Amino acid sequence: MPEQVTLTVNGKPVVVPSGATVAAAMATAGAYCRDSVSGERRTILCAMGICFECRVEIEGKPHQRACQILCSPGMRVNTQPRIETGAESSR
Amino acid sequence: MLVVGGGPAGLAAAATAAEHGVHVGVIDDNPNLGGQIWRAETGAINPEAQSWIARLHAARVEILCGTRVFDQPAPKLFHAETQDGLVELGYQKLVLATGARERFLPFPGWTIPNVMGAGALQALVKSGFAIEGKRVVVAGTGPLLLAVAAYLRKHGAEIAMICEQASLFSLAKFGFSLLWHGNKLAQAWSLRKELSGVPFAASSWPVSAEGKNILNAVVISRGQKFEKIECDFLACGFHLVPNTELAALLGCLLREGFVEVDNNQQTSVPEIFCAGEPTGIGGVELSVIEGQIAGHAAAKRDELATDLMRTRRKLLKFAAVLERTFELRAELRELALEETIICRCEDVTYGQLKLETSWRAAKLQTRCGMGPCQGRVCGPQTEFLFGWSPDSVRPPIFPARVESLGASVSEPDGA
Repeated sequence: MPEQVTLTVNGKPVVVPSGATVAAAMATAGAYCRDSVSGERRTILCAMGICFECRVEIEGKPHQRACQILCSPGMRVNTQPRIETGAESSR
Repeated sequence: MLVVGGGPAGLAAAATAAEHGVHVGVIDDNPNLGGQIWRAETGAINPEAQSWIARLHAARVEILCGTRVFDQPAPKLFHAETQDGLVELGYQKLVLATGARERFLPFPGWTIPNVMGAGALQALVKSGFAIEGKRVVVAGTGPLLLAVAAYLRKHGAEIAMICEQASLFSLAKFGFSLLWHGNKLAQAWSLRKELSGVPFAASSWPVSAEGKNILNAVVISRGQKFEKIECDFLACGFHLVPNTELAALLGCLLREGFVEVDNNQQTSVPEIFCAGEPTGIGGVELSVIEGQIAGHAAAKRDELATDLMRTRRKLLKFAAVLERTFELRAELRELALEETIICRCEDVTYGQLKLETSWRAAKLQTRCGMGPCQGRVCGPQTEFLFGWSPDSVRPPIFPARVESLGASVSEPDGA
């Protein structure tokens, strides 16, 4: 068995194998990654850094691609709420 | 020499050039080397990637993972970003080994959580997600579907169905052509054994995905009928599209969507080479061969590449067969409804887009393709649905922080 890492997703502890990506932790927690600009729930689509659908908040920092970042012990990850952008409000 | 992309083509190019004494650096966006096909499982090392990575270490190749190029602000100088901020990378020679991504096609419900790429679900499981006990429908097109289904099954998933949009006739011709590629035939045979008992349907594709906030069923079209299958995941990819954004930014000539290269894998821009999927979707063996040719050529030892070029010719024939076999059927253009989202970054619907006349008009009027993915997902879709093609690639080719974009440009040192 590989070693394990515990982190929190939306405030709840999640255990994943060490070396796991944050995307794997989100899926393990049954959490989705972000609310889209029209408020739909979205999660991992490509799992290889291309699609930006798995953007989450890590340690309060938004727009982090969950699939390209490895979990570390105690890391705090949250579903990224819908973000009002200039582009959005100018439509 | 700088190599962008640490998959099979990039690793082969880097090792080959470095062993000729060239000072080589490899960068990759992913946290580990290996690319997609040689993605390691957590806690394990992919054995095929490992022998190349060992050669990189032995030849003192510098490796930067978690790094993505977003601009070339001056000739032979890249600006790239890591988790920690801006990195400047100078080069004299360049190998583009940027790989390919899955093609996604829109159908009602394709944005519901747990509808993802076929390769994507495999990557997610390799990255630490336990798929055991989950019910999965694998759909789309291409040889990847069978490999993914076999992998997921081995890890405890129940494969409810494999839906391949290509016809049985195309697939039979494809199977016949494998006779000329002995090891590919062996791979296909072993997949067939691993998938015994799994329902497989040709001329079959998803028409909708259902579920409120999470997927619970998929409706597939199969032999003029619709069939609803309950499942936890839909792993759905329609073969691959090349990652050519960086090549286009650098002014390399593209033809029919692929980077044009000469016999030495050199692009239309001198000292910029390209290897692997961006030059044509041909699979891992061809990528390794092209990478080695690029590595020899960049080190000005192309006389050593004669045998490799012969193998390349044979594998290129296979690539052509792949393209014919998994050509997308016209019915797939009819799946999206008015309200189906095409651009997932900006939530632009099919109904909005069908009123537009070009990719550029769609961008200006609807913001389609203007979000963080920069059209990497919706671009290939609108190309298939409406025949649009992007007219230019402009920096930043990946989203970057404001402080990285505003960074001043230092003199290239050619290191």
